[in-house]
Amino acid sequence: MSRPDTLTWLAGHELRLGWRDWVALMTAGHRNRARTVTVALIVFAAFMHVFAYWIVAGYADANVASDTATLVGVTGTLVLSWSLLLSQAMESVTRAFYARSDLDLILTSPVSARKVFAVRMSRIAAASVTIAVLLAAPFINVLAMRGGGRWLAAYGVVAAMGAVATAAALALTIALFRMVGAKRTRLIAQIVAAVIGAAFVIGLQVAAIFSSGSISRFAALQSDWMLAHAPDTGSAFWWPAHAVLGDLRALTAVVLLGFAVLGIAIAGFSRRFGEHALAAAGVSNTVVRQRRWRLAFRRRSAARVLRQKEWTLLARDPWLISQTLMQILYLLPPALLLWITFRDATGSYVVLIPVVVMAAGQLAGGLAWLSISGEDAPDLVASAPIAAGRILQAKIEAVIGMIALVFAPIVAVLAFDSLFAAVVAALGILTAAASATLIQICFRTQARRSQFRRRQTSSRIATFAEAFSSIAWAATSALAAAGTWIALGPALIAIGILAGVRMISPR
Amino acid sequence: MHSPAAAHRPIALALRGLSKRFDRPAVDALDLTVYGGEFYALVGPNGAGKTTTLRMVAGLLRPDAGSITIDGIDALADSVAAKQITAWLSDEPMIYDKLTPFEYLEFVAGLWRIESKPAEARACELIGWLGLAPHAHERCEGFSRGMRQKVALAGALVHDPKLIILDEPLTGLDAGSARLVKNVLLERVRAGGTVIMTTHILEVAERMADRIGVIASGRLIAEGTLEELHRKTGKTAASLEDTFLTLVAEPAALPAAAE
Repeated sequence: MSRPDTLTWLAGHELRLGWRDWVALMTAGHRNRARTVTVALIVFAAFMHVFAYWIVAGYADANVASDTATLVGVTGTLVLSWSLLLSQAMESVTRAFYARSDLDLILTSPVSARKVFAVRMSRIAAASVTIAVLLAAPFINVLAMRGGGRWLAAYGVVAAMGAVATAAALALTIALFRMVGAKRTRLIAQIVAAVIGAAFVIGLQVAAIFSSGSISRFAALQSDWMLAHAPDTGSAFWWPAHAVLGDLRALTAVVLLGFAVLGIAIAGFSRRFGEHALAAAGVSNTVVRQRRWRLAFRRRSAARVLRQKEWTLLARDPWLISQTLMQILYLLPPALLLWITFRDATGSYVVLIPVVVMAAGQLAGGLAWLSISGEDAPDLVASAPIAAGRILQAKIEAVIGMIALVFAPIVAVLAFDSLFAAVVAALGILTAAASATLIQICFRTQARRSQFRRRQTSSRIATFAEAFSSIAWAATSALAAAGTWIALGPALIAIGILAGVRMISPR
Repeated sequence: MHSPAAAHRPIALALRGLSKRFDRPAVDALDLTVYGGEFYALVGPNGAGKTTTLRMVAGLLRPDAGSITIDGIDALADSVAAKQITAWLSDEPMIYDKLTPFEYLEFVAGLWRIESKPAEARACELIGWLGLAPHAHERCEGFSRGMRQKVALAGALVHDPKLIILDEPLTGLDAGSARLVKNVLLERVRAGGTVIMTTHILEVAERMADRIGVIASGRLIAEGTLEELHRKTGKTAASLEDTFLTLVAEPAALPAAAE
């Protein structure tokens, strides 16, 4: 065991905290699930290798002396992956700033705060690098198996990308602190992180859709315009791509550069990290005055009071709104592709409706969790003179009401062109939303609304059931819009999923 | 055992054979009576079953056995009617960060189906009493623990409950806030309300409570006024702390509470 107050001792402490946090995240706090989680991870890793084989096996022959098209393809993939890493790193940095768990202890101890924060930033970097390496591993392993050991150099590139992503996340978050202050940084950083994560994927897909009618991001990367404007193959711009393809000199440069950038960022920001963490800790004491308020109570039923409360809490929480609506953002490219592909054909709604239905299911799942599980005053509501069933009913009405509000304009637009399509869409939206809500009821827990980001880990069965039920109702709606009785098939599957959920529900 | 003055009052809360078991018995065949207009303090060591008992009374936990009667209403058979006349306040103030105190009280009044006009008047009165007026239209997210507890207390009183159930309501409050909360509760009792409260602060029980119940291992081991408890332990000049420690240390050696 190393001497207290040394970097290695602090790193050991951070490592232990990080490991326990990860285990808790994986097992949702149930230590007896460790074996199940291990088996699930092994199965997932095997599945990812099969998936990776399907995706990248055909590229294993690419060599170091590659043409511009290959370099553009590899670099585009790296930039895409890096944007996701940056998004993840920003989340971690923001969380570290606003978690005040041991801040008082650190700052009142005789240990150098700068040293502690440097180690803490290193932990964030280590987590980012580990996640990057783990996610890339199946693809690199498949490429190495098919194309030789030189592909293993990609591990170094991925690690360097994780390091640079953390450095950029630190710089971005601290810049936000300076520009908008501690109070707004959390919300803006989380939205920026989500947008960065989604924007590159969505942007490439939208570009690909308009240029070639394909949803593949590679279509845009391989376009004539892109290849004509790419730098010369000898340019340093391509070093990461060359390193991935096995050029050891480029690999050395990329790894050294990546970790040097991280080192500089940690050294430069470790002092400010403490200052900003302190500022963030004081945010909870700031006063938020309602700009508009009523001076009189309104006469309303208990159910209406409950519904209104849910809507008010959501409307006043931009972070929750951004987190829930972000799920819909990813559905834009397929919707756009489907629209462009079928806009001139009759029955184009056959492909638009399932996207909308899928989005409704996903959105309802998030809202239902907030309303049913994420109750911040459970004792108050439970001790009120209202039957438990009536409380639940009011909360379901709040969710369905919000879904209706979001999707009514889409249904209304559809109704102008095809009443049948509008009816099918409306039924699909309501059924998918009701199913997602039912799943959340079956797996409801007691949690704070602030734990929304981790809701998936509390019940993975509920998460998968929610996704599969939404897909099944989307398929049902598509087939129903096409006017075929085959629609009953996926509908029966969806009902089967709900019946299964009801059977294994802990309630 | 109860004081002669309490005997002719109506019963506000009656627990008979109340039991709840988790991994081990938390509340074990508990009998307890609280009279109308009485301030009753329930004291006991950690894990004695105080909070579990009160959570069952508030309708937040279903007992395994026994009965709960609140103001003549069988709370297990008609929980809605029982909840209509009770209020629950826990040690951890559970309020909504994104609502203002005014909105919170409107929400609570709505849940208890109180007419808007009297509820609003009562809310304004409570906001004034508890010193929340300057913050009535600020969101609770920036409030200190003391202010949050005051908002929660206002919520517990806005529907004018007959029985107020409090679990460690003074935890984490500064002296000023604690004094305010105590005064509000005593005012409620003077106005005819009934208060049952758990507390670890024995001085509070000593000064405020008409009767004190000592609970250990889910059972009521002693009950009575301060003098009655002192007599029970034979320490007439002792503080409640001394008496409490004697009672908790040697429950088997003492006569049963029901005697």
